[in-house]
Amino acid sequence: MVTSLVLRVDGTNCEQETVSALKLAGSKVDLVHINELIRRMVSLEDYQALIIPGGFSFGDHIAAGKIIANYMKLKLKKDISNFIDANKPILGICNGFQALLKSGFLDIDATLLANNTGLFIDNWINLKKEADSIFTNGIQTLFIPINHGEGRFFADDIILRKLEEEQRIIFKYIDNPNGSSEDIAGIINETGNVMGLMPHPEKFVNYYTHPYWTRLPQETREKEGEGLAIFKNLVKACEKL
Amino acid sequence: MNKSWYISIFPKIGINEPLMQDIKTNLNDFGIEAEIFTIQNYMIHGALNEEQVAEICRNLLIDHVSHQYLINENNFTFPNWKQAYTITIRYKQGVMDATGLSVKQMIQSIGLKVYEVKSGTSILLKTDIEKDKLAKAIKNFLVNDLIEDFSITEEKPKKTHTTLIPLSDIDSDALMQLSKDHMLSLNVEEMKKIQHHYQKIGREPYDVELETIAQTWSEHCIHKTFSGTILYQGKEIQSLLKSFIMKATQQIEADWCISVFTDNAGIIKFDDRYGLAVKVETHNHPTALDPYGGAGTGSGGVFRDVMGVGAKPILSTDNLFFGSLDISLDKLPRGVMHPKRLLKGSVSGIRDYGNKMGIPTANGSIGFHKDYLGNPLVYAGCVGILPLKKYVRNHQTGDLVVLVGGKTGRDGIHGVTFASGTLTYESEVIASSAVQIGNPLEQKRVLDALLKARDHEAEPLYSAITDCGGGGLSSAIGEMGKDLGVEVNLEKVPLKYDELLPWEIWISESQERMLLAVPPKNIEKMKEIFELDNSDLSVIGQFTDSKTLVLTYYDEIVCNLSMEFLHKGIPKVHRNATEYPCIEKTINLEDIESYNKDLRLILAHPMVASKAWIIRQYDHEVQANTITKPLQGEMFDAHGDSCVIKPLTDSWQGFVTSNGFNPSYSRNPRKMALSSIDEAIRNNICSGGRRFAILDNFSWGNPEDGKNLGALVEACQACYEAAIAFKTPFISGKDSLYNDFKSDDGEIITIPHTLLITSVGIVPDIRKSITTDFMSEESHIYLVGETYQELGGSVFYDIRNIQDGEIPDVDLAKAKLIFDKMIQAIDQDLILSCHDCSDGGLAVTIAEMCFGGNLGVTIDLNKIITSLDKDYKILFSESNSRFVVEVKDCKAFETWMDGVPIHNIGKITGDKIIINGLVNKNIINERISDLKEIWKKTFDW
Repeated sequence: MVTSLVLRVDGTNCEQETVSALKLAGSKVDLVHINELIRRMVSLEDYQALIIPGGFSFGDHIAAGKIIANYMKLKLKKDISNFIDANKPILGICNGFQALLKSGFLDIDATLLANNTGLFIDNWINLKKEADSIFTNGIQTLFIPINHGEGRFFADDIILRKLEEEQRIIFKYIDNPNGSSEDIAGIINETGNVMGLMPHPEKFVNYYTHPYWTRLPQETREKEGEGLAIFKNLVKACEKL
Repeated sequence: MNKSWYISIFPKIGINEPLMQDIKTNLNDFGIEAEIFTIQNYMIHGALNEEQVAEICRNLLIDHVSHQYLINENNFTFPNWKQAYTITIRYKQGVMDATGLSVKQMIQSIGLKVYEVKSGTSILLKTDIEKDKLAKAIKNFLVNDLIEDFSITEEKPKKTHTTLIPLSDIDSDALMQLSKDHMLSLNVEEMKKIQHHYQKIGREPYDVELETIAQTWSEHCIHKTFSGTILYQGKEIQSLLKSFIMKATQQIEADWCISVFTDNAGIIKFDDRYGLAVKVETHNHPTALDPYGGAGTGSGGVFRDVMGVGAKPILSTDNLFFGSLDISLDKLPRGVMHPKRLLKGSVSGIRDYGNKMGIPTANGSIGFHKDYLGNPLVYAGCVGILPLKKYVRNHQTGDLVVLVGGKTGRDGIHGVTFASGTLTYESEVIASSAVQIGNPLEQKRVLDALLKARDHEAEPLYSAITDCGGGGLSSAIGEMGKDLGVEVNLEKVPLKYDELLPWEIWISESQERMLLAVPPKNIEKMKEIFELDNSDLSVIGQFTDSKTLVLTYYDEIVCNLSMEFLHKGIPKVHRNATEYPCIEKTINLEDIESYNKDLRLILAHPMVASKAWIIRQYDHEVQANTITKPLQGEMFDAHGDSCVIKPLTDSWQGFVTSNGFNPSYSRNPRKMALSSIDEAIRNNICSGGRRFAILDNFSWGNPEDGKNLGALVEACQACYEAAIAFKTPFISGKDSLYNDFKSDDGEIITIPHTLLITSVGIVPDIRKSITTDFMSEESHIYLVGETYQELGGSVFYDIRNIQDGEIPDVDLAKAKLIFDKMIQAIDQDLILSCHDCSDGGLAVTIAEMCFGGNLGVTIDLNKIITSLDKDYKILFSESNSRFVVEVKDCKAFETWMDGVPIHNIGKITGDKIIINGLVNKNIINERISDLKEIWKKTFDW
């Protein structure tokens, strides 16, 4: 059975729903504090997937995801690089995306800045898939929530063109909520196994968290939530390893 | 060699920094035009060379895509921007600088030597405004000089130690002067009782002892007024709490109440395995002085209340009350912040605390009244969940006193005694230490570790738990040790700032601290758990069997107080209440042909207008348990009644938390209280709640004024009657009774008497929940309940500037019948959508349901069976116990509702609201999209 590691640090706060979504997708899950990895109490090698959930890691002090990113690149660089080289999937959601981007594991010189509204935003948005990846089988669009204050994807034109050409932009917003360059909501690394995604698929794994499920017919309500597909794809990718 | 380095971090050209825009807007509000450039700066003191500092900047601090940095040795200069002014804002010494702390830890973790890091913001301004005016604007809009300096001068620490305070032979005047000088907020009888006690034991009190007594006896901690004797209408009431509030709970005898009025939070059964812990707190005075910190720590504090019974917080609520938003700056009394600033600051504070801890803020509202000007109200609430078996309170002699979480600083000293007095124009100067600064990250660490300590084995590793809130260690330890006795070594308390005196350590209200009793055999495991989660844990004392409170500071005894005197010595308060004059003059207006304009004004009124600007800033989805949302409907932008939360993954059961408050009805405190309870419950019913528990939260003017006290007695009496009638036990409550503001010209502004009722209902199956948005064309619309001429305090009268009129009453027996029938109608799927009728009356309720469904209606007021003879009364009366519901099967609905007043008032059709009056047609005829735009505009900041 696939075993995933959900990484938590001080200030992580979406860990429970992320664990639930992974279990629903068929994975065994361990919730592990970064100190347990740094102190070698737990070994990343023993896992098939790594998920960095949302939250305010270290209070988002300095900038969102900055301190966890520093720990990842200064203390866990080798472990994470080996994990990526073994072609195991890594998914960073929201704060996890910020962490992956700022630690360099997404192989791109880009960043996530404060929303152009200047405010934290909690809302449901539509995404469209831009490129195929191991995370996106069977997905064309996704309707899931965003919950962030620093989600504005930013890179210069050269970098944006590179991402486009290498087909590494996986999801775009249909109505850009935060001013992201090229409407970018999620990207992937060069080898295609590390994805950063700003919106929260784990918040929509059953229809009773949909923002207007009371308007939907009974048969729709009984379906699984759209976000679950991401986790199912991740588990499938692990099974193929 | 140790050196100070100044690091400046600023955006690269072309990167838009929302903070700059925000500051610009705030200054514009003040009439100041300025070009602005902001710099994040860090002052780092350590054994570092320039290369190492540069490495810190490159690797740890900046985002090289968007930002660049500059390093200056020993001083701050910035060469590329010729500004007129540079404002550097930094937290004061001893105040929590969470970012500074994180950066320090980060630098240390890469092996560099650093002793202190202070974070700050510099603002460079190009402007031709004179310095004085700018300084005033900065003071008013950008910095809070209670917590922030905008210079680099540092407060000089005091160098004294524990002192004896002689009081054995001074007279009453001198005693009162002493109480005032030390901010004890004790009255003359209390001071005499203390004097007498020390005369008896033959010594003078230590400062620590006096402070401990003042904390323990404060209105905030002991609720003197609610537990005192009150003479009213010739009768003696022994205690408002026991005679009314708790009495209702006792008489209802609900077996699902697990713990009421004794612990940090009320606990009720959720199902056979789990309980819900519920608490609502006020944080009014701190918010008046510093809205961001005050409201944020209000949330932080109430989360700790819930953590203080071993529960995990799963819902954050906030109800906020401010003065009128349209007051001009020159009309503001000295020492008062503009309501708009208070609102923005409070919302930001609540947002950051809840969002960062990952607790959904999915319930709340905002009220306005001109008399909240000097005294805004912040009610922060929290619901938590805990396995019933893990609820423990069985600490014993020998158990260790363990402090976990944040370090102790000077922030929040005298919070509770300050809250037990009147705010004045000078409060911002005098009470600066009473403001607390929050660090939600620290509290999340504590929460993670606590839950592990709770669930590590079958029994929690701790034997008792409480939060360090009002009164700090003094209250928490004093309370926990009161039946045993306790000895605490104050020097073992970890400090943010070394110069704290023993009494300051003892009563500091520094945030993010929890107190535990831990059996010695479990302490090593506890340390291990907290250490892994980067959270501090310190053993600071031990429970004894001495029945005394002993405090030492490096082997010197600084407090030796009998628990008996401390907890039972307070003289009982005796107060006289006089009748509160309820004036409700009848007003009769002539009808007009069209109420389009009135409806537009009401929809734009701050009480009614869309609160999306606030709601969308709150993370109300985190934890992924929010089933029906605060914003509902096809475009998810219409107000819901209250959110349904489903807390367990393996059960479809949920709960609803709702609020009721009607300060504009406070001319009649009895009706105000009845209306608040009715509103809280009917609102809960709409969302699917059943089996309700309620909480009372009184914010009142000075209770030493007989009229205010009379109003309080009337409201408590009403609370008792309503709770009995609805069979809804009170499970917890809170009072904040000194909400007066004294301005520099001696005028006293007292807030409207405000009672917030919070109701928690159980939803047996969340899949049957309904929402407020109209579902489908051709459905029928019913008004359930009776409409009376009750427009006193209504939004309609407010826009017409009418102060009189009848306040809405509640017929408790009828209301109970309506509520029961409504609950069962929803259970039988007879109702498609439902909304409770409240602020703005019938017209607003219908408009909001149309907004959600993007559907129009045609309504005929002649279909309502009523003696009312005017359209405006039917449209805008705010009579209680009413609902608007959407029904498909009229026959089934009408048959079921037999015996309850229901009125089939129209149908869902088209894209307009068309209402035909008693005589005139089309008294309202408006496009839904137009009305929605107006409704959304007020708070579109």
